[in-house]
Amino acid sequence: MTLLTMNLSKLKKSLCGLALVSSYAVTSFTASALGYPEKEELKFGFIKLTDMAPIAIAYEKGFFEDEGLYVTIEAQANWKVLLDGVIDGRLDGAHMLAGQPIAASIGYGTSAEIITPFSMDLNGNGITVSNDIWQQMKGNIPKQADGKPVHPIKADALKPVVEKYAEQGKPFNMGMVFPVSTHNYELRYWLAAGGIHPGYYAPHKGDTSGQLDADVLLSVTPPPQMPATLEAGTIYGYCVGEPWNQQAVFKGIGVPVVTDYEIWKDNPEKVFGISKTFAEKYPNTTIRLTRALIRAAKWLDENDNANRPEAVKILSQSNYVGADYDVIANSMTGTFEYEKGDKRSVPDFNVFFRYNATYPYYSDAIWYLTQMRRWGQISTDKSDDWYKQVAEQVYRPDIYKKAAQSLIDDKLMTNADFAEVFTEDGYRNPQTHFIDGIVYDGTKPNEYINKFSIGLKSGETL
Amino acid sequence: MIANESIKQLLLPFVGIVCFMIIWAMAANNIQTSLGQFPGPSHVFEQFGNLYQEHNAEREKAASFYQRQEKRNADRVAKDPNYQPKIRSYTGKETFIDQIGTSLKTVLSGFILAAIIAIPLGIAIGLSQTLNTAINPIIQIFKPVSPLAWLPLVTMVVSALYTTADPMFAKSFIVSLVTVTLCCLWPMVINTCVGVSSINQDWVNVSKVLSLPSATHIRRIVLPAAIPSIFIGMRMSIGIAWMVLIAAEMLAQNPGLGKFVWDEFQNGSSQSLSRIMAAVLVIGLIGFLLDRSMLALQRLLSWDKDSAQR
Repeated sequence: MTLLTMNLSKLKKSLCGLALVSSYAVTSFTASALGYPEKEELKFGFIKLTDMAPIAIAYEKGFFEDEGLYVTIEAQANWKVLLDGVIDGRLDGAHMLAGQPIAASIGYGTSAEIITPFSMDLNGNGITVSNDIWQQMKGNIPKQADGKPVHPIKADALKPVVEKYAEQGKPFNMGMVFPVSTHNYELRYWLAAGGIHPGYYAPHKGDTSGQLDADVLLSVTPPPQMPATLEAGTIYGYCVGEPWNQQAVFKGIGVPVVTDYEIWKDNPEKVFGISKTFAEKYPNTTIRLTRALIRAAKWLDENDNANRPEAVKILSQSNYVGADYDVIANSMTGTFEYEKGDKRSVPDFNVFFRYNATYPYYSDAIWYLTQMRRWGQISTDKSDDWYKQVAEQVYRPDIYKKAAQSLIDDKLMTNADFAEVFTEDGYRNPQTHFIDGIVYDGTKPNEYINKFSIGLKSGETL
Repeated sequence: MIANESIKQLLLPFVGIVCFMIIWAMAANNIQTSLGQFPGPSHVFEQFGNLYQEHNAEREKAASFYQRQEKRNADRVAKDPNYQPKIRSYTGKETFIDQIGTSLKTVLSGFILAAIIAIPLGIAIGLSQTLNTAINPIIQIFKPVSPLAWLPLVTMVVSALYTTADPMFAKSFIVSLVTVTLCCLWPMVINTCVGVSSINQDWVNVSKVLSLPSATHIRRIVLPAAIPSIFIGMRMSIGIAWMVLIAAEMLAQNPGLGKFVWDEFQNGSSQSLSRIMAAVLVIGLIGFLLDRSMLALQRLLSWDKDSAQR
C-alpha cells in the first residue's frame, strides 16, 4: 500500500512537474540551503502553563511536521525534572524558565551548557494571595470611584500584614516555582519595592534556601500545585504563570493582586532551551525547530489575537495545560480577573510575537543575572563584561536570525514580521515601566544593581 | 434449596453494589471541593464515555498523521532518491485506554521478572537451612521497605546504566518495572521458602530412599508440594505490584494510569475529579481481575498437589 501510494505520487509529481516548476524551485532551493533535519524524532518537555502555547501550536498546526520534525510533547512534573531531562538528553528541548539556561551556564544549581535561540513570550505571570491575606491587605489599598481597588497594587499594602505576622512570631510563607525562576525574581522585586525583604542566598556558605534576613519566606512549589498548596494553607501567596492565578479566582481560594505586566511592562518570560551539544550536533534541526516555533508565535498573535480562542481550546486539552477553557481564556484573550468579578482589560497579558517577543535579547539575559547578583545567588562582584559574556554564551540570536531569514526566503513570513531583528545589537533601549520606577539599562548591569535599596550592591558579599 | 442459594449468590452482591452506589451518590452530593462537587456515579459514568470518545478521536488523528507522513516521505524520495523513507510512530498523546495497556504491560513484566528470580531463590532457601540463615536477615530488612523509597535509587541507577543509543524499552518503563520487581520479590521468596521447607517429611524420605537426583527431587516432590504456598505468595505479590506501580507512575510521571491520575490532578479542570474517580474504579477493577486470574491459574495448576497426596 505504501509503495503504491509512493509510486502514485511520484507519477503525479512528474506529470505536474512542469506546472509546479516555479514554486518547486523555491522550496528545493531552501531545502538544499537549509538541509534536512539531522534528527527527526524529538521529544520536548513543558510545564502546564499557558506560555507553553508556541510548542502546542507548532505541533497542532503542523509547523513541526512542515520542518520534517516528528515531535512528542510531554508534560513534566516540575522545573527540576524538566531541566535534568534536557541535560541528560531524555528531552531534546523544553519550555524553560529564562533563568534556567543562564544559571546552568554559570554553574548555579546544576552546571550544564544550555542555550536558547528563541524567547517564548512576554509577561504572563501574577502574584496571588489567599482570601484571608487579601482581607487584611484590602484596607491598605486606595479605592477608585467605583469602589474597586486602584491597580497596580504595591507590596506596601502587604507590609503591615507581614509585620503583624512577625510580631506574633509566625513565619510568612509564600511560594514561587524555582530558585532561578522569573517568578522568584518578580515576587522578590515586588516585595522589595514595597519595603519587604525577601531574603538572600549565600551559596558560598552552602545556604541555598534564599531566606537569610528574610521578612517573607519563599519556597518552591511546582506551578500546577500552587492552588492546592495555597488551599492547604502551607503558603499565604504565590507567584506563578497562568492559568494558576485565574484558577485561584475560579476556585474561590485566592485573589491575584498584581500581574508581572504591572511589575515590569513587557518583561521577558520563558525561553526554549536546548543543550549546546544538541545545537552543535544537529544544526539544521535546531534552525528548523526555531522556524516552527517562530511561526507558532506569530500565529498566536496574528490579527490582533484573533486565533487566541482556538489556542485556548487547544491548551485546555488534558495533555497540555488541561484547566477549564474559561480559566485559560481569562488571561489568554486579553483580560485578567483580579478579585472575583473584577475583570480588567490587559491586552498584552500574554505576548508571543509582538514587540519582537521571540528575539533572544542579551539585555533580557543580563536582567536575570542582575537579579541573581542582587539576591546573592551570584555571591561575588562581576564586571559588566562578564555579564555580557554570559549572555552571549546562552542567548543565541545568530540561530534566530538564520531561522528568520530562511522563513523570509521561503515566503512563509515577510521582512515586516521581523522589524529591527537584522539590525539588532541585542540590547533593548533603557527600559522604564518598573513598579518602583527604576530604569534598567542592559549595557550597565552594575550601575543597575546599585540602584536598589534592598539587595546586594557592588562590593557587598554576605 | 439449591436454587435459593444461587439466587442469594447473585442477588446479594447486586444489593451490595446498589447500596454502595446510593451511599456514594448521597455522599458526593454533600462534598463541595474547590473544583466543584465531588463526582457521583453518573458523572463518572459520563467520563467513561468521554474517555472512550477521546480515544477514538486520537486514533483518527493518528491515522491522518501516518497519511501525512507517507506523503511527506514520498515527496522527499521524489526529490532525493537516496533517501530511505522511515515510518515514525505516532507522536500524539496517550489516551486513557493506552495508559491502561501500558500499566498492564508494566505490571505483568515486573511481576514475571520477580517470579523468575523469587521462586528459584525461595526453593533454594527452603531446601538449605544454611542458605536460609544467611539470607533471611536481608529479606527481613528489605521486605518492609516502602516501594517508593526504592524509586529514586532505581531511577538514578537505571539512568546511569541503561544508556544504549537506540533502546528497545523506554527508560521510564524499565524504572517502573524494576520498582515493581523489587517490591513483589519478597512475598514470593518467603512463601516459596515456607512451602518448600514444610514438605511432608515422609515424601522427603521416599525421595531419599529412591535416591532421586536433586533436579528430579525438586521437580517431582518439592514443586508439587510447594505450589499452593508459591501461589499464595504470587497472589500477594501481584496485589502489591499493582499498588506499587500506580504509586510509582504518579511519583515518577512514568506513562500509565498513575500518570493519568496525576496529570488530571494537576490540570484541575472541572472534570478532573470525575476523571480521577473513573481511573480509581478502573484501577480497582484491574487489581481485582489480576487477583482472580492468579486464583484461576492456581486452581488450574494445583492438580499436581492432589495427585501427590493421593
